[in-house]
Amino acid sequence: MMKDKNPHFSFRLSCLVNGQETEREIESSRSLLEFIREDLGLKGTKEGCGEGECGACLVLVDGKAVNACLMTALQLQGKELVTIEGIKGRDGGLHPLQKTFMAEGAVQCGFCTPGLIVASEALLRRNPRATLGEIKLELTGNLCRCTGYEKVLSAVEKAKKLL
Amino acid sequence: MDAKDLKVVNKPVVKMDSMGLACGEPAFTDDVEFKGLLTAKILWSPHAHARIKKIDVSAALKVPGVKAVLTYKDLPRVPHTTAGQGYPEPSPYDTYTLDNKVRFVGDRVAAVAAETPEAAQEALSRIKVDYEILPAVLDTAEAMKEGAPVIHDEEDSKNIPDAKHNIAAKFEFQVKNGEWFKEADFVFEHTWSIPYLQHCALEPHVTIAHFDNAGRLVLRTSTQVPFHVRRIVAQALKIPVKKIRVVKPRIGGGFGSKQEVLLEDITAALALKTGRPVKLEYTRKETFISSRTRHPSRVRMKAGVKKDGTITDAAMEITLNTGAYGSHALTVMMCAGSHTLPMYRIKNNIRFVGKSVYTNMPVAGAYRGYGATQGFFAWECLMDMMAAKIGMDPVEFRKMNYIKLGEGSPVFKAMGEGREGVEQVITSTGLFEAIEKGVDEIKWTEKKAEYAKQTGPIRRGLGAACMMQGSGIPEVDMASATIKMNEDGSFNLLAGAADLGTGSDTVLAQIAAEVLGIKADDIIVTSSDTDITPFDVGAYASSTTFISGGAVKKAAEKVRDMIIEVGARILDEKKEDLRLECGKVVSKSGASCPLSEVANTSLYYYNQHQITASASHFAQSSPPPFQANFADVEVDTETGVVKILDYVSCVDCGTAINPVLAEGQNDGAVLNGISHTLSEEMEFSSNGTPLNASFRRYKILSAADTPRLRTFIIPTWEPAGPFGAKSVSEIGINGPLPAVANAIYDACGVWLFDAPFTPDRVLKAIKQRR
Repeated sequence: MMKDKNPHFSFRLSCLVNGQETEREIESSRSLLEFIREDLGLKGTKEGCGEGECGACLVLVDGKAVNACLMTALQLQGKELVTIEGIKGRDGGLHPLQKTFMAEGAVQCGFCTPGLIVASEALLRRNPRATLGEIKLELTGNLCRCTGYEKVLSAVEKAKKLL
Repeated sequence: MDAKDLKVVNKPVVKMDSMGLACGEPAFTDDVEFKGLLTAKILWSPHAHARIKKIDVSAALKVPGVKAVLTYKDLPRVPHTTAGQGYPEPSPYDTYTLDNKVRFVGDRVAAVAAETPEAAQEALSRIKVDYEILPAVLDTAEAMKEGAPVIHDEEDSKNIPDAKHNIAAKFEFQVKNGEWFKEADFVFEHTWSIPYLQHCALEPHVTIAHFDNAGRLVLRTSTQVPFHVRRIVAQALKIPVKKIRVVKPRIGGGFGSKQEVLLEDITAALALKTGRPVKLEYTRKETFISSRTRHPSRVRMKAGVKKDGTITDAAMEITLNTGAYGSHALTVMMCAGSHTLPMYRIKNNIRFVGKSVYTNMPVAGAYRGYGATQGFFAWECLMDMMAAKIGMDPVEFRKMNYIKLGEGSPVFKAMGEGREGVEQVITSTGLFEAIEKGVDEIKWTEKKAEYAKQTGPIRRGLGAACMMQGSGIPEVDMASATIKMNEDGSFNLLAGAADLGTGSDTVLAQIAAEVLGIKADDIIVTSSDTDITPFDVGAYASSTTFISGGAVKKAAEKVRDMIIEVGARILDEKKEDLRLECGKVVSKSGASCPLSEVANTSLYYYNQHQITASASHFAQSSPPPFQANFADVEVDTETGVVKILDYVSCVDCGTAINPVLAEGQNDGAVLNGISHTLSEEMEFSSNGTPLNASFRRYKILSAADTPRLRTFIIPTWEPAGPFGAKSVSEIGINGPLPAVANAIYDACGVWLFDAPFTPDRVLKAIKQRR
C-alpha cells in the first residue's frame, strides 16, 4: 500500500542530469517525472496528464524525447537526462528555440512550452532540415490549447536557420 | 489620437513572461515547494444521485500519515455558488463545500489530507459510505417533467427559480411589432445541439493552501478570479476576508474553467483543520469529470425572410444542461441570445426563451464563447439557409443585414448578463473590411465558380460565418490598477487583472508605457495578489484589455501628471509645455530631464513624495469585436470524412494592443472551435459515468491535425477602449461550427445540426438526404 521510503525497493541511481553527474537512492516505482520534479527540484518539466498523452513532461534521455511520466527513474541508470533547464544555446545563453518561441509569440500560458521545446530540439538534432510536415508530425505528442500551433510551428521553422 | 501615433501600443512587444516560461523557470502554482506539505485527495461519488445515509471515516483516520478526513459533518453548511462573477452573483446558491447528498458521478463526498499521496489514496479507500441511491435524471427534457427526480430538494438553497422542475435559470424577452412572420416569404425552423465539451487547459486545477507568519491563510491557486476566490472561500468557510490572501502565479490556461471556486474552499478547510500546508491537484481524469464543461445545448431557432433579403422575425429557444449545479446557468444562457441576436437587423419581432436545467451530470460552467458558441451555431447556419432559399450569396446576405456603425439593437437593453442590459450603439466596426479580406483570402468567388462544376464522391465547399462578442460586462465589471515610480525611472504596475496565460500583463504594461513615454520593459508587472494588487473582477467576459486596460491607462495618466508637476519645477517650465517622451520629461523649449531625476527629486530632495496613483475603471458599454470566418472544406461523401483545407479568420478587435498576442489569442480560439467541430464530445454510460475522460479518448487537435489556419487583424478604433482597443479572446471560438457546417452544405447539400461533425453523423445526413 505505501510505496515510499521502503528500503527493500530502493536502488542507487547514477546518471547525468543536464551535464552533472548525479547519484540518488531511488524507489523502483518512482517515476522519472517524480524524480525530476520532486527529487531534483527541476520544475520546468510539467505534469499535464500523467498518462503520456499530452507531452508536457517531455525530456531527453540519451537525446531521445520521452514522456517522463511513463518511465521509472531507475530506467535512467547510466544514461544522460536533459530537461528544459539543460536546453541552452552554444554560448550558454538562450537556445535558438527559446529565442524564436519568444519572438514568434509561441509562448502563451507556457505550460506546454518546455515540452514543445524539448520535442523540437530532439527533432532538429536528428534532422536539422526537418520540413513543416515533419515538424507537425513530431509535435503530435505535445498538446497545446492556447496557440492553435501556428506560432509554435513558425518558431521551430525559424529556429532551424539559427542552429 | 490615431494608431499611427502609437509608440509601444500596437507593437509586437515580446511577452514579458515568455523567457522564464521558455526556460522552465518555476512559475506555476505547483512549482514552489512548501515544507511539510500535505497531499489532499477527494472521494468522488460513484452514483449519479444518492443521499449519504451514513459515512464512517474511522478506518481512514487510522491510516499512517493521514492528518484529516472531512465530510459534510465537519464543515459549515453554507449554500453558495462556485461561479466567480459580480456580487451578488446572479447564480443560484445551490452548492455546499461538502453535502449529505451527491448529484452526479464525480461529485464530492469527502476530502483527505495526508503526508503522502499514497496514504491519502489509501484513506479514501477506507471511507465507508452507505448511500441511499436515488433515481437519476440525465436528460434536460426528462428533468423538467412533472414527477422527475428533484436534484435540489434541499430547503436552504437560494435563487433556484423552479427546483421542483429542475430549472436552474430561466429568462424570456420579446420585441413585438406586429404579427409574427406576417411579412416573411419564407420561414425556417430547426434545432441545433452541442454536446458536453471540456476546456482542456494543459495545467490541471491546483491549489496550495498555507499560512503566513501571522497565521493568515494564503491560497496559491490556479485561478482566473483571485478576488472572487477570496470572497467565496470566506463565505463558504465562514472566515473573514481579512484572514485570506489569494496569490495567482502563472496560470497554465483556463478558458473559463478557472472562473470557478472548485478546489480552494476544500483545500483551505483541510489546511485549517491540520494547521499544515496542503496541496490539492486534480488528475487529468478528475479535471474532465469534476471541474467544469461547456453547457450542452439545444437551440431551436425560427426566422423569417423576405425575398429581398430582409429578415422579418427571429425567435431563439435555448435549453442548456447545467448538470448538477447551476454555476453559470443564467448568464451563459442569456449570452447565447444577447451576443448573437443583435448581429443582424430584424425588422419586426424578436423573441428569446431560455432555460438552464439541472441533471445528474457533470457541471457546466464558463467556457470561452460563453453561450455565443451555442447561439451562433444556430443563427449562422440559419442565415445560410435563408440566403440559399432567396438565391442570394450568403456573404452578400450578411453584408446587407449585419448591424452597422451607429446602429443599436433592442436586445442590448433587454438582455445583459443575469439582469437587464445596457443600451448601446455600435461605435466601431471593421466587419465590412473583415468580410472583404476573408472573401479575398479564401478566394470565395473563384472557388465558388470552380466548385459548382464538381462531380464524383469527393466534394469541396465554402462556408462563411460572422460573429460578435462583448468587451466586458457594462456597468458590472470593475478593474483597478496601481502604478508607482522607482528611482531609475522604472515603474511597478500592480494589476488586479489575472493573466492566465493570455499575455495580459504585457498588454497592460504596453498601455502604461505608452502613456508614460517609456519602453514596456520599464514596467514591472505584478498580477495578481489580493494583498498587494487592487481589486479586479478577474479574467472573464473578454474584459481584461478593455476594462483592466482602461484602469491602467487612467492610473498612468495620473502618474504622468504627477511626473510633469515635478518636472516643471526641475526645468522651471510651465506644466502645459511638458510631455513625456523616451524616458524623459521634454519641454517645447527643448529642455528635458530624465525620469530618474524626477523620481529622485520626488523621493529624496524636494517636497518628498512617492509618485504613485491608483485608478478604477468600469464601462457604460461593451463594444463588440466582430469577425468574419471562412472555411474551405472537402467532404468524402462515401465515408463522411470532412477535411478542412483552409480556414481564414478576420478579426476586428479595435486596436490590437499587441498584434502578435492578439493573433495568438485568435488562432487558439479558432482551433479550439475547429476541434469542437470535428471531434470533441464527452461520452457517458447510461448511468452518467463519463467514458472518455482522457486526452487519448477525448480528441483535441494536435499540430498534425491542424488545418491551414490564418488570422488577419482588421484595425479599427474603438472610442471607448484604451487606445482604441476592444476584446479579442473569446470571439474566434464561435466561428468554426457554423462556418464548417455551411461549407459542408455547400459541398454536398446536407445540413449538420449536431456537433461534432464526425464521419458517422455526416454519412447519416448524406444517406437521409438520398
